Amino acid sequence: MLRIKRVPTIVSNYQKEEADDGGARHGGCGRNCLNKCCIPGSKLPLYAFKKVNKVVNGKDVLDCENKEPPVAFLDSLLLGEWEDRMQRGLFRYDVTACETKVIPGEYGFIAQLNEGRHLKKRPTEFRVDTVLQPFDGSKFNFTKVGQEEVLFQFEASEDDEVQFFPNAPIDVENSPSVVAINVSPIEYGHVLLIPRVLECLPQRIDRESFLLALYMAAEAGSPYFRLGYNSLGAFATINHLHFQAYYLAVPFPIEKAATGKTTNLNARVKISEISKYPVRGLVFEGTDTLEDLANAVSDSCICLQNNNIPYNVLISDSGRRIFLLPQCYAEKQALGEVSAEILDTQVNPAVWEISGHMVLKRRKDYEEASDENAWRLLAEVSLSEERFQEVKAIIFEAISCLDENGSTTGGPDNDQDVKPQSLEEIDAHHGMLPGNQECLVLH
Amino acid sequence: MESQLRVIEQSFTIRYSTWVHEALDEMPDSFTITDPFISGHPIVYASRGFLEMSGYSRDEVIGKNGRVFQGPDTSRRSVMEIREAIREERNLQISIVNYRKDGTPFWMLFHLCPVFSKEDGRVMNFVGVQVPILKKPRRSGSEFARNAVSLCEDGSGFLETVFGSCRRELCSDSVVELSRILALESVLGVDDAELVDEPCKATDIEQRKATTAMNNILSVLTHYSELTGRLVCRKRCFSGMGPLGASLNISLGRIKQSFVLTDPHLPGMPIVYASDAFLKLTGYTRQEVLGQNCRFLSGPNTDCSVQYQIKESIRTEQGCTVCILNYRKDTSSFWNFLHISPVRNASGKIAYYVGVQIESSCTNEDKQKLRPDIRQLSVVGAIKVAVRSSSMGASTSKS
Repeated sequence: MLRIKRVPTIVSNYQKEEADDGGARHGGCGRNCLNKCCIPGSKLPLYAFKKVNKVVNGKDVLDCENKEPPVAFLDSLLLGEWEDRMQRGLFRYDVTACETKVIPGEYGFIAQLNEGRHLKKRPTEFRVDTVLQPFDGSKFNFTKVGQEEVLFQFEASEDDEVQFFPNAPIDVENSPSVVAINVSPIEYGHVLLIPRVLECLPQRIDRESFLLALYMAAEAGSPYFRLGYNSLGAFATINHLHFQAYYLAVPFPIEKAATGKTTNLNARVKISEISKYPVRGLVFEGTDTLEDLANAVSDSCICLQNNNIPYNVLISDSGRRIFLLPQCYAEKQALGEVSAEILDTQVNPAVWEISGHMVLKRRKDYEEASDENAWRLLAEVSLSEERFQEVKAIIFEAISCLDENGSTTGGPDNDQDVKPQSLEEIDAHHGMLPGNQECLVLH
Repeated sequence: MESQLRVIEQSFTIRYSTWVHEALDEMPDSFTITDPFISGHPIVYASRGFLEMSGYSRDEVIGKNGRVFQGPDTSRRSVMEIREAIREERNLQISIVNYRKDGTPFWMLFHLCPVFSKEDGRVMNFVGVQVPILKKPRRSGSEFARNAVSLCEDGSGFLETVFGSCRRELCSDSVVELSRILALESVLGVDDAELVDEPCKATDIEQRKATTAMNNILSVLTHYSELTGRLVCRKRCFSGMGPLGASLNISLGRIKQSFVLTDPHLPGMPIVYASDAFLKLTGYTRQEVLGQNCRFLSGPNTDCSVQYQIKESIRTEQGCTVCILNYRKDTSSFWNFLHISPVRNASGKIAYYVGVQIESSCTNEDKQKLRPDIRQLSVVGAIKVAVRSSSMGASTSKS
């Protein structure tokens, strides 16, 4: 069993160290949390997004950008509620008081000096050799956050329109998905998207949840609002399904990286390798519906999960470009293969760091931050070229064999079972996949 | 939509006079002119050459944002580069895939240039020149193909051989030349529809064509701006817009609500930015407001204790929310539900104070809208993001 010691990030004011959490909790919390004790009768704003198969690059989406935006509405709601919590003192520090800069150089890595993000607490042990671990209700999870930390519910609208309800009751039967603040923010507006919070899903991607995240990116409509995901073993610390998001109005280095070899999964999704960037990964771009793109990515994530490969995901460009980055840093760290110099920076390369946004704890590291240092750190995170090609092949084999209509069985783990008749559906234009030539792309 | 078209027409002719259309219509090149101050950053002028190249009519283009010509094969990275160049108000030349009305994609060299107001250094328009790029034909055994390869590498030589004309003639009419080249393309059997993801590099000829066209267009605009007195120039001659950087100005320009930014480091803590909505609310012009302290909005019946409360909050570097009686330029008064907050930049230190005004008589009857206080705070949030991000050192606004 591989483990590393880390100081976990505090994302909620109700999060206590596992060690303190002896199990001797006084029951009946009276803290206005999200659990059965406090939820009945509670109300939160509800943002219901339009669940139409959006045309990603087409003109239909563009037409509504010129009208008075429901698109900017989610922005205003999130920013307004977030600033409200700031003024109420719910954050552990003012992130806008943390120095930040774009490191001069070719890549535009972003460095922030944040000494307050990690208090000097006792490090906790994290198991880093298993990507899929069952939910453990005794550990901190998002049903334990105070309701004041939740900004709004985020659900699909019943009809064809965006709707907003300033005071909607929380429907316990249909566990809502919520957006909550991260009390140790990396940047302004740092929030957590928690799909179906009351269902207590473990940190693993499924089609429905990923699609929700993609809808949020599209609804926010800003290229500077990105969503990220860390699997277990890739520096997620809370085993309760969640995505993160925040605003930063500069391009991320990974977004500026060139793309190399491209493969068309089908007529509607294309997958490229990232090139000229320290971390190897894949970029998914959709040309048609959000759902096609979401499924391609989530199926790939599920494949990685099933193969116990830790990974991170960055949703960028308002949901049009998605980066999938398998990594091996935690394993290296556990095996003692990372240099002391890099370990000393205590930078845990999760999705934001890999994308090029580094939060540094020591002034020395901040002053000396450079393209070379950033590159060197991220290069440790990346899979080797051979291993990456292996992983890429595994992914392609898995996703190309899937029934195009999606897993009707509902269980994402069934996806590895190939339905023989689907192989006969041939996409006339694009059947090109590396490796397994018998497995043709479905249209 | 109609009223927006009127706004567009007006804004363009106010700046350049009604005769500028004629002058621009005479130019053969393909180009568009956009106005970043109109919501949605729409196209306000499209040349004949552009309409011919794209297959659209003028009515279908004016008022639209340039991204309507993008499509599935347009590289998102190139879209990002254009967005960043606009945000940083600088020149850009980039190869990008666009789509004609009939849905066919084509590569073009896109040359972007900001046009600055001489008076206050703000960007008035962006000019975009489009030069179609011949895609590099795939290698085949035929002689045509071999010669065609040299077309991309050294366009001048091949064209001169084929057409037996000198460079000057070639450059004269880009549209005619384009049709010649397209005819060539079909001879060589270049598959226009199968675009590969490697960006198609523009040749020297194409780059020069873009630059020449841009120079001509900018000369025309500069000349006609002299007729109206609203002078423009292609370089930022004067940053009279104060200490705010270009990128911040653009970001703030997207916020539709009434607000001002004041600078606590300057004597008198003057206003350094005022939104259009603020000017509309108070009835003042931008010139009258920039450089003033906000107290000019107070008047005979304004409560001094509220003014004192504001002053104290600022002194202790805190925010506050007050309801204060303010006066417009026409001396009418209104209740201002005012929220003030310090705003830090990337250094972590306070750079500005923002004041967001809500005229108290405006009540939200629509239950589906945000509470006014949340909307007010969202302005603060958006400004905090903008100020922090724009001062991170990424953008260097090159004239």
